[in-house]
Parts: sequence; structure tokens; C-alpha cells
Amino acid sequence: MSEPLKQADIDQEIAARAGEHGEHPARDYAPYRSTLLRHPHRPLVVVKDPDAAELSGPVFGVTDVTTLDNDLTKQHPGEPLGERITVRGRVLDRQGRPVRGQLVEIWQANASGRYLHQRDDHPAPLDPNFTGVGRCLTGDDGGYLFTTIKPGPYPWRNHLNAWRPAHIHFSLFGTAFTQRLVTQMYFPGDPLFPYDPIMQSVTDESARQRLVAGYVHELSEPEYSLGYRWDIVLDGPAGTWMEEGR
Amino acid sequence: MNHPTPSQTVGPFYGYALPFPGGGDLASGGIGVHGHVYDGAGDPVPDALLEFWQADEHGSLAGSPGTLRRDPTDGSVLGRDGLRFTGFGRVPTDQDGHWALRTVVPGNGYISVCVFARGLLHHLYTRIYLGPDAFLDALPAQRRRTLVATPEREGVYRFDIHLQGEKETVFLDFG
Ligand SMILES: [Fe+3]
Repeated sequence: MSEPLKQADIDQEIAARAGEHGEHPARDYAPYRSTLLRHPHRPLVVVKDPDAAELSGPVFGVTDVTTLDNDLTKQHPGEPLGERITVRGRVLDRQGRPVRGQLVEIWQANASGRYLHQRDDHPAPLDPNFTGVGRCLTGDDGGYLFTTIKPGPYPWRNHLNAWRPAHIHFSLFGTAFTQRLVTQMYFPGDPLFPYDPIMQSVTDESARQRLVAGYVHELSEPEYSLGYRWDIVLDGPAGTWMEEGR
Repeated sequence: MNHPTPSQTVGPFYGYALPFPGGGDLASGGIGVHGHVYDGAGDPVPDALLEFWQADEHGSLAGSPGTLRRDPTDGSVLGRDGLRFTGFGRVPTDQDGHWALRTVVPGNGYISVCVFARGLLHHLYTRIYLGPDAFLDALPAQRRRTLVATPEREGVYRFDIHLQGEKETVFLDFG
């Protein structure tokens, strides 16, 4: 067995790639070790076909969600432990148009940093009153809203002493399959940012900042919850034509 | 132009959030498509999530809502009603890296696939072709093969996805 990888080794690798340009992470980002055998070596094949099926996408509607799905604190008889928060924002396309009536899904660890997943063996307690799954449809202005609790950071095995900053996983649909996005929302001021190869895989500083929600005091509800705002912009093919409000 | 929100990996723990009962059952009485997802060492990938989007038999891409249909009383998943075609599927690979889809042959000849996995920082697109197509003709023969499903028996096709290596699947960029 070789020496376990240390944070200092990963830090060096992160530093070597810092500032590379790109709106999205490179798939071959070695500091995140799981990428090594899971990224294609060959260039992607460019499709320039105005009839491509991927320029349309699945449709979701009121039958696909129920009204309670966006409140993760109301899914069990009791209140979950942790800091109650609301996360809201708008889903927009690159032209700034609202993405309407589309599905937003989230999942997250509980306040102790534990997922309700059999393979999460982090020795932190599960919370009987928290599942950590939510979904909603965006409104006419592209808006979404979730009430949940702030997830805890958690350890993982990328290297020795690897910890994920607190984050909420987001899954989004646009009107085209090419606008599909799965990403993670982070919380402002987390001291774990510089150590995390997943967050640092977004090597451009301003792009990385787009993953961090803002704390907005006016969105906090007195005696109830702290308010965060996170707007999301879906990428898409350069020539995506989209009819408003499909 | 707004800058897009960067992609991040789906990670290993999406399993209790994204997959849903019947996610691979787009339509009955049609065809079955199945295969494995492999990494660059040739090992199966047990924590990939595949999404499928396709036209109906007549080539229409106007899929109906109702893929995730919920019971409004208790929130449980009712799933598709089986009559309206939604065109959307979502299937996690199992412990063997295997997945399966039941659907109809799309009128436009291919099923679009979006691949997510732990270790994949940005999803990948590919296509499952069920017959010859001009798009395939433009690719070198060796690579073309990776996009064509192999008939296995009546109504059942095999389609493996190789994320990396000798047999690497053709992945697509829509610009
Ligand atoms: Fe996570």
C-alpha cells in the first residue's frame, strides 16, 4: 500500500489547476480522484442539428409534485434537528428569461452531515424527522422555494481528512434536454471551500462564486428561519430557441 | 448573456432522491434496451444514473407530464398512467453496473441518454441508435458502433456505455 494521500498533496494539485478558464468543471479533474477512470479521453462529437431531439425535453406538471414536496421540515411527525432555512431563487436561461414550470429536485445530508443512504457510514446520527429530499416546479417568474434545515459538512475518502463543505444537491430541467443541470449549492463563508476538490473543480473564481448562495437578512422569517437566495442559470446550446412558457 | 451555473457531480448519495419506481418503464409492449456502464479499467460502474429522452413511435417529441405522478393524498409515487407517453426515463445502475429500459422504438431512430455518476463532474450525453442513420454515417466505423444497440433477441437490444478506454462511447456536445 502506498502512503495515504494528504490534504497538502491535494492542495498542490488544486493550486496547479487554479484559474483555468471554463464555465463548467473539466471532467478530468484529478484532485477529485473518482474522475480518473470516469472521464472520456476523446473529444466530444459536436452535434449541429436543429432537429436534434435534445433541443426539446421532458415535461413535468402539477401531477408530478405535491404541495408539501418543497418543505423538507414537514415530511415527518416531528421537527427535524438543525437550523431551519429557506432557500429561494429564480431559474433562468442564458438570455435571462425565466425557466417556467420546470422540475427542481434537491437532496441533502441532515444537520449532522449524514445522508439517509445505506452506504453513508459516517458515524453521525440519522434524524427520524428528516429525509432530505424535496421537489417543486418553478413558477411563472422561474422562482423556486424550499424550506429545509442547513446540512452539516461530512467526511469522505478522497484523501486523508477530506471534508465536504455543507451543500445541497440540486437537479434542474430546462425546456431542452441540453439544459439539464445537476449541481450543488454552498453556503457563504464556509471555511472548507479551499480544501474541497469538488468545489475547486470549478477553477475560475467568478464561476465558483456562482455556486454559493447569499444570506439575505430580509428573507429570514422572524422566530422561524434564516433566508438564503440562490439564482440558477441553465446552460444550453448556443442556438437554443425557446418559446416562452412552453 | 448570463453566465451559467457550473455543474457539480451527482455524488454517490442521490439514490434516495432521484430514482423512482417505474423510472425505466416508459411504455409496455414495445422493446427492451439494457446494458452496463463501464469505467476506464473495464469495471462496472454501480453508481451511475442514466436519463433517457425520446420521441414516441410517430416521432413526436411532445411528451406528456406525469412521469413522477404523485398521489395527492399521501405523496406516494403513482407513476405513469400507462396511456400517455412521457418520453422520459431515469434509471440508476445496479450493483453490477447494469440498467434496463422498456420503451417503444422512437420514430426518429434514437433514444437520447444523459449520464450522471460519482466522479463525473459534468454529465455526458450520448444516443442509442436502433437502426442506420445519416448521423452515424459521418463517424468513423470504429466509433459509430458505440452508438448502435445490438439486437439480442426478439424485441431486446443491448447497449453498453464505456466512459473511457478502448471501447469509449461517443459522447455528444450540443455547442
Ligand atoms: Fe453531498
